[in-house]
Amino acid sequence: MTHVKRLGAALQGAGTVFLLLALVFALILAINPGFFAAPSLMAFLKQAAPLVILAAGQYFVIVSGNFDLSVGALVGAQVVIAARLIDGEESRTVPVMLVMLAFGIGVGLINGLITTVLKVQSFITTLGMLLVLYGAIRLWTGGAPTGALSDAFRTPGRLGIQTPLFQIPWALLIMIGVGAGAIALMRTRFGRILMASGDNELAANRSGARVDTVRTAAFVLSGVSATIAGILIGGFAGVSAQVGEGLEFTVITAVVLGGVALGGGRGTALAAMAGALAIEALFTLFNQMALPATLRPAVQGVIIIAAVAYAARRRIRPALQSTATPS
Amino acid sequence: MTALLNMRGIDKAFLGVPVLSAVDLTVSRGEVHALVGENGAGKSTLMKILAGVHTADAGTIELDGRAVSFTHPAAAQRAGIASVFQEFNLLPELTVAENVHLGHEPRRRGAIDRRAMHETTAAALADLGVADLSPAAKVGSLSVAHQQITEIAKALSHGADLICMDEPTAALADAEVALLYRLVQRLRERGVAVLYVSHRLREIFDLCDRITILKDGRLVESVATADITPDELVTRMVGRRIEAQFPPRAAGTEPGEVRLRIDGCGNDYVDGIDLEVRAGEIVGLAGLQGSGRTEIAEAVFGITPFTRGTVAVDGRPVRITRPRKAIAAGIALVTEDRKAQGLALRQSVKANARMVLDANARVHSRRRLARIDGILSSLDLVARGGDQEVQYLSGGNQQKVVVAKWLAAEPGVIVLDEPTRGIDVGAKHKLYAVIRSLAAEGLAVLLIASELIEVIGLADRIAVLHDGRIAGELPGGASEQEVMAYATGRRRPQSEGTQAE
Amino acid sequence: MTAFTPRPRIGATVAIYLALAGVLAVGGAAVAADGGNLFATAHLVDMLTRTSLTGFLAIGMTLVILCRSLDLSVGYTAALSSLVAATTMDGQSGNVPLAVALVLLVSGLIGAANGAIVAFLKVNPFIATLGTGLILKGYLDTEYKGPAGDVPFAFQQALGYTRFAFIPVSTVVMLAVAAAAVWFLRSTRTGHHMYAVGGDVEVARMSGIRTTRVLLTAHVLCGMSAGLAGLLLAARFGTGSAEAYTNLYELDAIAAVVLGGTLLLGGKGGVAGTVAGVAILAVLDTVFNVMQIDPFAKDVLRGVVIIAAVALYARRQLDRTARRPRFAAAAGRAS
Repeated sequence: MTHVKRLGAALQGAGTVFLLLALVFALILAINPGFFAAPSLMAFLKQAAPLVILAAGQYFVIVSGNFDLSVGALVGAQVVIAARLIDGEESRTVPVMLVMLAFGIGVGLINGLITTVLKVQSFITTLGMLLVLYGAIRLWTGGAPTGALSDAFRTPGRLGIQTPLFQIPWALLIMIGVGAGAIALMRTRFGRILMASGDNELAANRSGARVDTVRTAAFVLSGVSATIAGILIGGFAGVSAQVGEGLEFTVITAVVLGGVALGGGRGTALAAMAGALAIEALFTLFNQMALPATLRPAVQGVIIIAAVAYAARRRIRPALQSTATPS
Repeated sequence: MTALLNMRGIDKAFLGVPVLSAVDLTVSRGEVHALVGENGAGKSTLMKILAGVHTADAGTIELDGRAVSFTHPAAAQRAGIASVFQEFNLLPELTVAENVHLGHEPRRRGAIDRRAMHETTAAALADLGVADLSPAAKVGSLSVAHQQITEIAKALSHGADLICMDEPTAALADAEVALLYRLVQRLRERGVAVLYVSHRLREIFDLCDRITILKDGRLVESVATADITPDELVTRMVGRRIEAQFPPRAAGTEPGEVRLRIDGCGNDYVDGIDLEVRAGEIVGLAGLQGSGRTEIAEAVFGITPFTRGTVAVDGRPVRITRPRKAIAAGIALVTEDRKAQGLALRQSVKANARMVLDANARVHSRRRLARIDGILSSLDLVARGGDQEVQYLSGGNQQKVVVAKWLAAEPGVIVLDEPTRGIDVGAKHKLYAVIRSLAAEGLAVLLIASELIEVIGLADRIAVLHDGRIAGELPGGASEQEVMAYATGRRRPQSEGTQAE
Repeated sequence: MTAFTPRPRIGATVAIYLALAGVLAVGGAAVAADGGNLFATAHLVDMLTRTSLTGFLAIGMTLVILCRSLDLSVGYTAALSSLVAATTMDGQSGNVPLAVALVLLVSGLIGAANGAIVAFLKVNPFIATLGTGLILKGYLDTEYKGPAGDVPFAFQQALGYTRFAFIPVSTVVMLAVAAAAVWFLRSTRTGHHMYAVGGDVEVARMSGIRTTRVLLTAHVLCGMSAGLAGLLLAARFGTGSAEAYTNLYELDAIAAVVLGGTLLLGGKGGVAGTVAGVAILAVLDTVFNVMQIDPFAKDVLRGVVIIAAVALYARRQLDRTARRPRFAAAAGRAS
């Protein structure tokens, strides 16, 4: 009973995104009923998986009161690193993946430490990191990516488990795993303290929380999610210098669309990932409508502003009144 | 005298809860008018309606016989009503002159005239009899008293006919209060009306011509100060005698072992602190604002640690450099400002109540988590359920959540800094009873309160601070005069005998 | 109570100009060691030319950041403005005044839209301006497949390439706009109120300031300064270019603003510092260019410089917010 209530409350808080998701799926269904056949649905989910995974990582950072603008550049860097280090050799796949994981963790750690120890706003920290990664990767490769990915590396992003009817993409399974992990993590003491730190840093500190540590950990989780997303995107789309460009804005948009408040302390991991799914569904809808590709960003822009303005209206009213109440 | 301000039948409700019902208020020119009542009686709300912060749901406001209605603070200012709120409305990055003129900067040929701004501010400060405050000083670098003066100068700069002051002396030391008295007298001489919101009876009887009493959002009465005694005023404000407020001390229980011992401690803000709190004992820390009460609490809890001396908990010396370490040592701190430091307002009651357990592996246990519901209900928490966000709770219920989060950790020492600030009478009484029962259960309680009556009524012993040091110790139930004698520095610490036991 | 002498307000701005001088000295020395001369006319021209474009964008950005807002759409606004300018001019010198007016109108309206979304719809400025940026991008990508319009040669020369000695006209115009912005912030009520709105919006409101109007003004001016940047782009390229937004000018502008000592959280800073921030970035670029260091190293260094600068500012801020000690002397004795 309480679970039902709690789910109800969660849906109400982040209602906008689930409503939007349902609406977009309904429109897709109206235009192309065939879309919900297993193979095309699987293909959609395979394509959506990286953004959903990135949204989970970004969610931790945003809910703790920060931003991570470096994820797009990190995804790009990871793909380039993979291609250069693997250089087509199958045997190097796993070691290189471990190197990538270490790199992702390292970047997250640096972001986190600069933000918490040096007290640089995360917007600036991760903007700086974006520039550093962008430049460093091109310096290292001399401008254009070199090397090649191995088939084993590309498997998670491209292939799946074959069933008699359709293929279940590895990307979908990984996405479900990451998503379940993120939701579970938010129910642990770590997740609760992360949320409290984003809501009221001082209250969390006075309760004995290690605010700086959990916030740094959130950046590390974001770095890990960018690594996983990098592996999937590299596998799915191959290597190019443009991989990951602008992804940070899309993923922040997704998380915010999920009703997660910039500034921290509000929103659920599930809704954040639903936000990512909604954005991917939106892109698919544009495809189905045969909208010129160039118009997509405009529609995307309108929807983000509308969704956030709508959520803000619903939230601000009671909040204003409660602060106005004499204490 | 002609009525300058005439408010009739003012109603105001927040989220459907009536805060003011049919309140009338009449203030004459050149009158200092006290607005009194307990916390939650509606004084601040009434003042904010007058200031244009809130709009009344019903009722009329007449200024100089003309009906007015303010939808924005600027409208109230233009009409000649200025307000000095408890939370300062100043920008620390700007200078005194810039703050004083904020929103109505003088201009010359279209540009802000900084020289005029500086000169008029200097003149205004001189007019207020303040010599030691430069208009060019950055407000962030000023003392609280100087910030208050800036705030008053700002209110006056609008050419106000009526100035509302909300607890203007709450943050002032004695000498500064005297300065404020002079300011109010000058305003009266100039024919400016002052609406003076205060808890402090002495100020009200010293300064004010008339008193309007509110209780539970309703007008009790409006009387001339000469026609009422302080005792009568208190009775009408609270509707019952003060003595009845505090639960009786349990008879015949002796304090146990020393649980918290502070020995020769000090830091940048306090010095030479010796203090013992025993199991089952409530020790009160009294003193004026700024005397170092909160600083001792913050030092014990590791927020701004002691840099010298030793602290021992249950006989074991501990070095507390962070809140985490204090918690590990079994110390809890209910902070002075629950919204800023106590609660994650957008999280649920449950999430807040378990925050200390969640944050500290050393105190976290399933058994303690399971006790939280029981603790909340034993505090008579009124909420729609554990999932309700604490921001929607009343101040009293919010404070109960803070207390619950600390009790969940089963501390041996609990420090309460202004636990009843800004909460309603019912919740206050509940908290008094809770504090007593905590002591009865064997906790060592260190209680800080600026309402002397609380310290006197609750504590078994009272340590009085003056200027960062303990000026003297008194038994519980000592008189306000005795406490104030130490707090104001009129009485010095006595010979060694009384301090060491 | 002891009286406290206020710290001089110029501190931060002086510091940033000292940093600029330092960067010039170190850069000059590095170039000299490499056998070159950073202060040769050609290099000075290069340096100053670089300041003008980022300068326009950063001046407007300073205003919105002072108000505790942000504008991520300026790159798109500049690109659109370059197109509006080039297509309106259409090769005719006589159309220049109309084109300039139209650019300022369009860019001002975009700024107004941003301001309205932030101030009235209460949308977080990051999201709001990201959204309007995307809308502009969609429009640009759809309407303009390539360069469009034709900028008359005279206008190209005048704004794009003419210079007094080694100082390009565009830099002079930028500095004039900067001076106007400094005056605006210091001497007009609206400008002065931007500090209040960014410092504490509730205090500003309680002081009778119409905060939404101030915020709206900042956004309109930011949009218009992006419009000026668009005019400069048109003059340089000779046509309008939708592609211009790919250079992420908005991030450069934000970097220059925070480098110049304006607090990202608003309420503190100013345009004088921003100009120095712009100049530091330009000097670094020129030094790298002259020394023929890989252009990508520039991005790395730029990232590091921005973080380091803000970390230093954060340190200063911490010192200032510390409580005043009562027994500091006693502490000294005891330790």
